[in-house]
Amino acid sequence: MFPSRFRYEAPTSIEEAIALLGANEDAKVLAGGQSLIPMMKLRFANPALLVDINNIPDMGYHRADADGSFRIGALCRHADLEKSTILREHQPLLAAAAPLVADPIVRSRGTFVGSVCHADPQGDWAACMVALGGSIIAQGPNGKRAVEVKDFVSGPFTTVLARDEIAIEGVVPSAQGTRTGGYLKLERRVGDFATAAVAVSLDMSGGVVKNAGIGLVGVGAQTIDASEAAAALIGSSLDDDAVDRAAELAAAASNPRGDHRGSADYKRHIISTFVTRIIANVQRSEMQVA
Amino acid sequence: MALDEVKIGGLGASRRRVEDNRFIRGKGNYVDDVVLPGMLHMEILRSPLAHARIKSIDTSAAYAIPGVRMVMTGEMMAARNLAWMPTLSYDTQAVLATDKVRFQGQEVCAVIADDPYIARDGVEAIVVDYEPLPPIVNPTQAMADDAVLIRDDKVNQNDNVIFDWEVGDRESTDRAFAEADTISEIDLHYPRSHPSPIEACGSIADYDRSTSKLTVYMTSQAPHIVRAAVSMVAEIPEHMIRIIAPDLGGGFGNKVPVYPGYVISILASILLEKPVKWIEDKTGNLISTGFGRDVYLKGKLALRKDGKILGVRMDTVSDHGAFFSDAQPSKFKIGLIHSAFACYDIPTAYLTNRGVYTNKAPGGVAYRCSFRVTEAMFFQERMVQAAADDLGMDQAEFRRVNLVKDDDFPKRTPFGFLTDSGQYEKCLQIGLDAIDYDTFKEQKAEAAKRGRLLGIGISTMTEPLGAGNSREYDILGIKMFDSAELRVHMTGKAILRTGAKTQGQGHETTWAQIVAHELGIPAEDIVVEEGDTDTAPFGMGTYASRSTPVAGAAVSMVSRKIRAKARKIAAHLLEVSDEDIEWELGRFYVRGAQDRGVTIQECAMAAYSNVPDGMEPGLENNAYYDPPNLTWPFACYISTVEVDPLTGVWDVIRMVAVDDCGVRINPMIVEGQIMGGLTEAYAMANMQFITFDEDGNCIGSNYMDYLLPTAWETPGFELHEVVTPCPHHPIGAKGIGECATVGGPAAFVNAVMDALKDIGVRNIDMPLLPDRVYEAIQTGQDVSGHPPVKNR
Repeated sequence: MFPSRFRYEAPTSIEEAIALLGANEDAKVLAGGQSLIPMMKLRFANPALLVDINNIPDMGYHRADADGSFRIGALCRHADLEKSTILREHQPLLAAAAPLVADPIVRSRGTFVGSVCHADPQGDWAACMVALGGSIIAQGPNGKRAVEVKDFVSGPFTTVLARDEIAIEGVVPSAQGTRTGGYLKLERRVGDFATAAVAVSLDMSGGVVKNAGIGLVGVGAQTIDASEAAAALIGSSLDDDAVDRAAELAAAASNPRGDHRGSADYKRHIISTFVTRIIANVQRSEMQVA
Repeated sequence: MALDEVKIGGLGASRRRVEDNRFIRGKGNYVDDVVLPGMLHMEILRSPLAHARIKSIDTSAAYAIPGVRMVMTGEMMAARNLAWMPTLSYDTQAVLATDKVRFQGQEVCAVIADDPYIARDGVEAIVVDYEPLPPIVNPTQAMADDAVLIRDDKVNQNDNVIFDWEVGDRESTDRAFAEADTISEIDLHYPRSHPSPIEACGSIADYDRSTSKLTVYMTSQAPHIVRAAVSMVAEIPEHMIRIIAPDLGGGFGNKVPVYPGYVISILASILLEKPVKWIEDKTGNLISTGFGRDVYLKGKLALRKDGKILGVRMDTVSDHGAFFSDAQPSKFKIGLIHSAFACYDIPTAYLTNRGVYTNKAPGGVAYRCSFRVTEAMFFQERMVQAAADDLGMDQAEFRRVNLVKDDDFPKRTPFGFLTDSGQYEKCLQIGLDAIDYDTFKEQKAEAAKRGRLLGIGISTMTEPLGAGNSREYDILGIKMFDSAELRVHMTGKAILRTGAKTQGQGHETTWAQIVAHELGIPAEDIVVEEGDTDTAPFGMGTYASRSTPVAGAAVSMVSRKIRAKARKIAAHLLEVSDEDIEWELGRFYVRGAQDRGVTIQECAMAAYSNVPDGMEPGLENNAYYDPPNLTWPFACYISTVEVDPLTGVWDVIRMVAVDDCGVRINPMIVEGQIMGGLTEAYAMANMQFITFDEDGNCIGSNYMDYLLPTAWETPGFELHEVVTPCPHHPIGAKGIGECATVGGPAAFVNAVMDALKDIGVRNIDMPLLPDRVYEAIQTGQDVSGHPPVKNR
């Protein structure tokens, strides 16, 4: 690959990285590089400076904290999550999505937080985080702040991060009851951008949905938070009426464009089909457990 | 004692590929690995528009970049009479555009610079002012009355039609249709695809003024043809041109043509007197170099109610892009498309073909097929399935009724080819048994309970592989034979060179096995070298599954010449007359006294130390082989698929392949070829195509849009074999490299169509993407895949 000329720095602390971002116009953070580097190859992205954060220690973690929250550091790779037993125990939606992110090569290098920051409407993790009500922790010269992912992305490939802020962590809030959910993605081939994908998160208690979230991928200019569809599930026992209503509302919340992956109608149909299927899968596995 | 042939790596030995030793260690030597002193780097500016007039080109900003040595434009090429070059199909092709750009990705300028980064910077700094013209992306648009003329550069070209061509017997075919009980019709499109070898194209031209010699390292499947072509185009004497094709990272037909990049790098090297390297990127490769297919069919079969096919009518239109630069060596305008229906006993057939220009990349190549044979067999097998369905007949039984019988060879095909041998029904039966055809109905009912639609699809076909013969096949007048040169050293080790050029087929392994079979020299004692026109004997290169049928035969024949000489030496050493010498693998002995003998290695030593009086010393020879006919392998592919009616996604449940390619030299390599071919077949059926939007933008310009299946989605394959030796090949081998690519797609598509049969859908154009399948299920209508791509 022959990108435009750029400068490269590899700081060993967050503070140093933040200072570099603040001091340089047009700097980009390099974590896994699985989106940034291809864009630089095509010269769609021509940053003047790359700030490589891979030498900053202690950012590769993912862990379940005592307060019930789940935290994923900025250098945690997709593959770490794919292999994680702790993720499977605590975050069924994320565990379902992990093996469907891009392809195995990208997963071994790309990062969870980097994917959210890339703010691609095709991003899997952002939709999961929207469904889970998750946040990104951003750190700047004046300290840290938490931004909910639904507010974090301000448009296609843009976020609310300030020039001198780095997203250092993703946080998933604790469950209200037993957390379940699932992720389905239609792609023409492994590694293809999704024709459409759906993330559903359900917090259940006594057979009733206490909290729910639905995120949609690839059916709009950015990740879609199908909150009305999710609301149709809350308080229900996942009866057919509630599920049908949620599927319908999710399709209505999507705003797809017809392209060579399929017509807008087809994509909307996939959204509703996947909402129904994810919930059916959840119910089937509940029955198996019971 | 004769040697054990398998132990010495002869015929039938699944010998590990010797070339893999360097490939798996990253020690291959590809064009981009070659670094010459003082080498400069070239990058091409390509047209962003599909059709536009060039109003002006400003290269001043590019020249202002430090390290930019030269910016080549069409005008500069024209000043040297090189703005246009002849194509292998007797048309002309722009090297660098002078007047108009005629497809997105066309070469407009080239920047030569100190390093490839600067060359790219230079390309970005060039300003071209275009006046857009209406783009044409399909034949219907091309043939419309008010269509804009794409080739206004040509005299006497008043429309966008390149040629009209016909083959077969129109009158008798018309009669067959008049007498038919039923006529089955189907319209099909075989979409445009790209061979996409993992290594793109590239060259390093190195002109040395002190010796007047031009050396070009080049990604070429046919270096000798390139030498001849460069000599003609650049007017450099042939002995002053050396083309070296080093290791190639795949070819699949993509590396047969001569591309503008090669020509520009050569001229740049002559002008700058420095080596100039051009390495194409993947996008450049996908949008500008030789594509495959893009043919439309209106097909008709005349049927008797008992299932007998009485006649075939095929009306085809082929989309060649902006220049007719198909790289095909037959005297037929549209390659061997009329090899269709060669495996069936059909009295008469007639085919028409119209070739048209469009604003798409030129360079139709035989993407892993023998020149349009892929289209022929796909059309054939889709027509056959539609006919079986129209008659309400079982698809296997319908084939059984019409397949050529074992005793009928050699058999004239409906379009006039002569097939050589085969056991078609046996192959079909093995396939049917393997896939449990008899229980399919139960399998289908079980799947229906789960809400899934099960389908089964068959594809049976024979195809012509191994061009020539020289009577019918040539490139620019050069006949389609091939060659081998064998030098046996005094210690019995040897070097073999051929005019073919391996690009993944494993020639370094298999050629040695043929020598081992003929001479009893262990395969590991033979080194194989190809691709350097200064050292290899003249040959026509590797494509169209022709290497084993032609060059492989030459290897056999040269080995026999060596054996004939060694026999005389053996007689001399054993002090008996030639007639008293017998041969067993690796050894001559005296008839009636088998313990009195000499090995081939002892004969080799004697060839350099103790030859009989009057004999030339040495043990070297060469052979040129002009095949008497093409070879005709047979294949039966049967697939079962499961369709999810709610998403249109379909999964392959099983894929059974029965291949008869005659004698197998290296069974492991043959199986690898079949699996690779089936993967490509699956790709074409399922996901892989290049399409265009209405503005002529290429959809498929990178691997996010041009989909190649990975290990994740590629189904498993179950391979079976039948061996019918080719009667006219020295070792009974037939071509195999492409059978699965050619015959495979129809098996998958027929399976999906079988699953949707009850819904009333007869056809979905490839690739059978989920949205197309879903649309067919929803509407009960056929789904067309013609460009421009729909934005619904």
